[in-house]
Amino acid sequence: MEQEFRRVSRRTILSEVQSLEEEHYRLIQICATTVEDGYEILYTFGKGYDEVQVKIHTDEGEHVQSISRLFPPAWLYENEIHDLHGIAIDGITLDFRGGLYRTKEKAPFAHKEEKEGK
Amino acid sequence: MKISRSPWLLHYDASSCNGCDIEVLASTTPRFDVERFGIINTGNPKHADIMVVTGGVNAQTKQVVRQLYSQMPDPKVVIAAGICACDGGIFKDCYNISGGVDTVIPVDVYVPGCAVRPEALIDGVVKALAILDEKREAMKNHATCEVHFDKA
Amino acid sequence: MSSRSVIPFGPQHPVLPEPIHLDLVLEDEKVVEAVPSIGFVHRGLESLVTKKDFKEMVYVAERICGICSFGHGFGYCDAVEHIMDIEVTERANYLRTILFEMSRMHSHILWLGLMADAFGFESLFMDTWRIREKVLDMLEAATGGRVIFSILDVGGLRRDIPDDMLKSFLPVLDEIEKELAIDVKAFLNDSAVKSRLCGVGFLSAEQVEKLGCCGPFLRGSGVKRDSRKLGYAAYDDIDFEIITSDDCDTYGRTFVRAQEILQSISIIRQAIEKVPAGEVMVPVKGFPKGEHMTRIEQPRGEACYYVKANGTKFLERMRVRTPTFANIPALTETLQGCSLSDVPILVVAIDPCISCTER
Repeated sequence: MEQEFRRVSRRTILSEVQSLEEEHYRLIQICATTVEDGYEILYTFGKGYDEVQVKIHTDEGEHVQSISRLFPPAWLYENEIHDLHGIAIDGITLDFRGGLYRTKEKAPFAHKEEKEGK
Repeated sequence: MKISRSPWLLHYDASSCNGCDIEVLASTTPRFDVERFGIINTGNPKHADIMVVTGGVNAQTKQVVRQLYSQMPDPKVVIAAGICACDGGIFKDCYNISGGVDTVIPVDVYVPGCAVRPEALIDGVVKALAILDEKREAMKNHATCEVHFDKA
Repeated sequence: MSSRSVIPFGPQHPVLPEPIHLDLVLEDEKVVEAVPSIGFVHRGLESLVTKKDFKEMVYVAERICGICSFGHGFGYCDAVEHIMDIEVTERANYLRTILFEMSRMHSHILWLGLMADAFGFESLFMDTWRIREKVLDMLEAATGGRVIFSILDVGGLRRDIPDDMLKSFLPVLDEIEKELAIDVKAFLNDSAVKSRLCGVGFLSAEQVEKLGCCGPFLRGSGVKRDSRKLGYAAYDDIDFEIITSDDCDTYGRTFVRAQEILQSISIIRQAIEKVPAGEVMVPVKGFPKGEHMTRIEQPRGEACYYVKANGTKFLERMRVRTPTFANIPALTETLQGCSLSDVPILVVAIDPCISCTER
């Protein structure tokens, strides 16, 4: 069975997620991937045994809206993405501001060359 | 060989995958039963004679390992249990692993294995006891027990 | 007016086999807030995808955690097999199911022991771990390893388990079932044990759903969901009922785990009965290209494996969402309002696997 990864815009993610919340979906996971021209964030939602995958793309330095107001456990995933990938996420209900993962190297999955430039 | 006293053991997971940790714990339970040698697994560093570290160290646990070690009374020995504690193992190349335990504190006995087998660990503990006795003798003869802290 | 104080709990603590750190904000003896901070066992193994090829990553995946090692290897292999369109043979699927359930048994028995240790019942801890060794013996006979097996590979299993060895497991399973029943009775009926478990850490079915819990934590609050019902490996052909409890507290979670051990025994028996003959490995050609998300039921709950590959021998991304990670929001919720003396029990109740969580 082929899995469907639905692509939506970074700007409409909140409304997208809102409609899933109204349909009583639960959050399974959020995962970020470093790709050539920025990052991909994959949201997985579930209802019973069904799942929905929603994917957004974000460029280096762009801010992403938090979904933790709609799905409370999202705070943990979003803090993780912030700490490991260095993606700025706005409005997390419990924002650790980079203090969840204490790593030697800041944002180890972020784009390397751009980080050195900063 | 004789085991003169009842050495207590402090276990700390520096950044192990748990495999070695459960084997350390398993060696205190009925099948392997290191407790029959009078060895007790304690959580308090001030009660401990032997420190067993599993997993390679990272920036976070460096301080903890160093602190636990300094709290233990002399004489003391350190066992690096499992290949990760010896030199980083499979995780050597990870960005958050700085290497084996010996990059932070002096290690007396290296026990390799992934995961370390309880038999190997018990063997390591027995070796450590001999070193502990030596260190105790040295202390009796008023020689100071050396504590190395490499680049803090 | 009572004053507030903050107690740091961990990373090294007598009750904790693993380092987790919590800042507990206390009002006298009552916890009003618990803030977790992780990173003590963070290795960053997901970054190894750029250094190890997709077949070597099986070893890395297995070493995410030494307790749920088989599950991690399985989840990773399953995701890669989906991407590469590999059909694993029936026999391999059955053997994987048997090994998976044995891992579940040893993990749950281990947890029962740690729980007994947390509420101060040392002889129960020792006895459960004695029984656990019998499970490890079977695993060692079958795979060669006690905790990390490395028998899995993309495409099947690295070696076959002979039928007469499988048959020889049956009397051992009977023995475990009989001995474990005595310990389970102590966990579920002993009044001293019940006094430590009942009513501690209450979370309703709505709450666990909202907090995104998984595994025995979810089922202990009466939600009937188990990812094994998704039908991966050979679970489709095996008859089992999802075990739930309506207690919604630590007792309910203990009940679910204890019953699941006995259920695993029945699953292994069925699988040994039905296992077909044949090869255990299919040849793997080329490199994976595409992406896939696999969900499986680990002993601790649902785990997700996301693999993204670009057609070279190195993957682009491997990400694992482990069950303990999903249960942390619920842990902070149950800790609020509990008394300080119950903190160790509540932490152990989610069956924390910190090395899974932090990877």
